Amino acid sequence: MRAVLLVAVVAALLAPAAALASQQHPTQNELESEIMCPVCGTTLDQSDSAVAQDMKMFIAHSIAAGDTKSQIEDALVAQFGEAVLAAPPKHGFNLIAWLLPLIGLLVAAPIVGWAAWRWSRARDTGPPVPPSGLDPDIERRIDRELARYETS
Amino acid sequence: MGRRLKLAAQVLAVALVAGLFGLLGWKVTHQGGGAELVKKASEGKKPVAPDFRLARLDGGGHLDLKSFRNKVVLVNFWASWCDPCKREMPRLEQAYRRYRDRGVVFLGVDAQDFDSSAKREVLKVGTSYPVVYDGAGKVLGRYGGLPLPRTFVIDRRGRLVDFQLGELEQADINRLVDGALRPA
Repeated sequence: MRAVLLVAVVAALLAPAAALASQQHPTQNELESEIMCPVCGTTLDQSDSAVAQDMKMFIAHSIAAGDTKSQIEDALVAQFGEAVLAAPPKHGFNLIAWLLPLIGLLVAAPIVGWAAWRWSRARDTGPPVPPSGLDPDIERRIDRELARYETS
Repeated sequence: MGRRLKLAAQVLAVALVAGLFGLLGWKVTHQGGGAELVKKASEGKKPVAPDFRLARLDGGGHLDLKSFRNKVVLVNFWASWCDPCKREMPRLEQAYRRYRDRGVVFLGVDAQDFDSSAKREVLKVGTSYPVVYDGAGKVLGRYGGLPLPRTFVIDRRGRLVDFQLGELEQADINRLVDGALRPA
């Protein structure tokens, strides 16, 4: 348990540092997987179209010039529009795409919990179930028949 | 209490679905329609050409399509990464020089492209007709989207009278423009 906690704490401490490193020194592969080719509907790393080649070259030149990830992304958005980003930006109208699943989860979790609680309560307080579903007459006949079988 | 909660949840769910339908409707009416326009033009229905205002590639301000009313306008969508587009550009330039004194305007729309690459191409060809920049391809989308090149001809009343998808030969340009110049 302690080991798991330690791993979680270390991961939490390292995550912002990794994000900062990626922001300051982005890699070609990373950006190619996060930028869309505007004419093929796939990310750059999956496209060999002419415009994708141009964009890959632009990214390579920008990385070589020391541009940060957001500078490169902003430059591409300025040229091709926001649709060039594989994930919607976390501001303005596009924020809905990030918030809606979270809101859905927050709304749905109490509803599901409440429904489960009601269902389990209904089961606890339900009418007592008879030990056997058989008619008492039939049960008596079965007992008689069994007794006769055992004695014979 | 239980019934009220259930009703509130139902109202919320219906409102959510209605909201999503609203968003879908907005997207269809604001970003779509290009395919419909091309279909109407190909059926000879002469739909009104969607208006647009874009920045000039040479940095000389903006250009409005409606400022060319009472002229025949040839709108050529292109990009520097598109080889057929680059092949047809000198032909367009040659044709423009022949037609420009006859009330005809050629307008290049560089779409989904780096403006720097487009500027290089324009300089290389020596294009003298105006070229505007539609980097995000929004105007291109209203005119049917990809592939490129695609060329539309708009008559003096602002209606789409002809179009061609794919590379233009000199004879194609003549056919498109002469058709629009002919009195209706």
